[in-house]
Amino acid sequence: MERAARATPAGVARKIKGLSDRAIAWIFIAPTVFLLLAVNIFPLIWTIQLSFTNYRANRPNAEVKWIGTRNYERILTDGDIWLTMQATAHFLFWTLLLQVLIGFALAWLINRKFKGNDLWTTIIVLPMMLSPAVVGNFWTFLYQPQIGLFNYAVAFFTGADVTSFSMIGDKALAPWAIIIVDTWMWTPFVMLICLAGLRSIPDSIYEAAECDRASKWRQFWTITVPMVLPFLMLAVLFRGIENFKMFDLVVQLTGGGPGNTTTLTSIDLKREAFEKWRTGYSSAYAIILFVTVFGLASIYVKALNKVKER
Amino acid sequence: MSEFFNALLRFRRGPWEMVASVLIAIGVIMLMQPYALWAFTYSFVVTLVGTVMFIIVSHFPE
Repeated sequence: MERAARATPAGVARKIKGLSDRAIAWIFIAPTVFLLLAVNIFPLIWTIQLSFTNYRANRPNAEVKWIGTRNYERILTDGDIWLTMQATAHFLFWTLLLQVLIGFALAWLINRKFKGNDLWTTIIVLPMMLSPAVVGNFWTFLYQPQIGLFNYAVAFFTGADVTSFSMIGDKALAPWAIIIVDTWMWTPFVMLICLAGLRSIPDSIYEAAECDRASKWRQFWTITVPMVLPFLMLAVLFRGIENFKMFDLVVQLTGGGPGNTTTLTSIDLKREAFEKWRTGYSSAYAIILFVTVFGLASIYVKALNKVKER
Repeated sequence: MSEFFNALLRFRRGPWEMVASVLIAIGVIMLMQPYALWAFTYSFVVTLVGTVMFIIVSHFPE
């Protein structure tokens, strides 16, 4: 049965009639503002407040003492947390570098029209669609020294003994093991963004360059790279923020080991908050990470706007 | 160079944002460098000052 739209009830219409446009606009956005305050701002303020206390979530009845900046002092003089920051920096630097280089190269190749173009695009973006837990699980098998395909592939190309190295059991190789998996999983994301950038460049610019007898190399550096740069920077921003809080993939792959070599800040933070139950301490830790990411994102967005203005 | 300092004195957005950005960058490098623990210790203060400064100066006139 067809339903007709019903008119606004007379009582509501009478009430709205006396309101200004501005007031009606506020009524519409109020639920969103309220949700943002409740879900984003309130927890942030509460975390800041907890970071100055000795609160432990597993002892709700214990007295909560205000301890000033002691949590911050402890964190920022802790050698283990310093090592965790270095592990995160290593992971961030190499994943971003590899993903940008390989992602851009793949986008550049896929942008050329060839037979099976769509099929290859689908195959390349497949890893991105998988769950990090699944990826972590099957890469654990691929990295197995006895039966893992990865070791056999490396042995085939280098001639090394298959069982002579273990990617996730070796302190020197484990950081590279997580970099390889993250690069394998998220390069397609960078590729897709670069592809959008490449496809947005009008052919007429290249045609004009051809008329001016600019070489392919010069066209690449003076047309392709500058016009794709804003897209590339956006991809780096997204991947940088995501990788700074990388957790699931690494936990599934190495669990932060061997030792603490692949313990990234988010893994360490989770241990402090939900294994050691040092809620105040972990709140201070979270605030330090938040300020770092927020500061970096601010200058990055500023740089991105400058590039877009050019 | 003198233009930069003049703009700083006249509270213009551009140079002040530049100062804040440099502070944030130095703070992040101090946080993640593997050489000196004292730099790691003071990294948060530097980043925090830079970030708060960035929020304030982004409201300055162009």
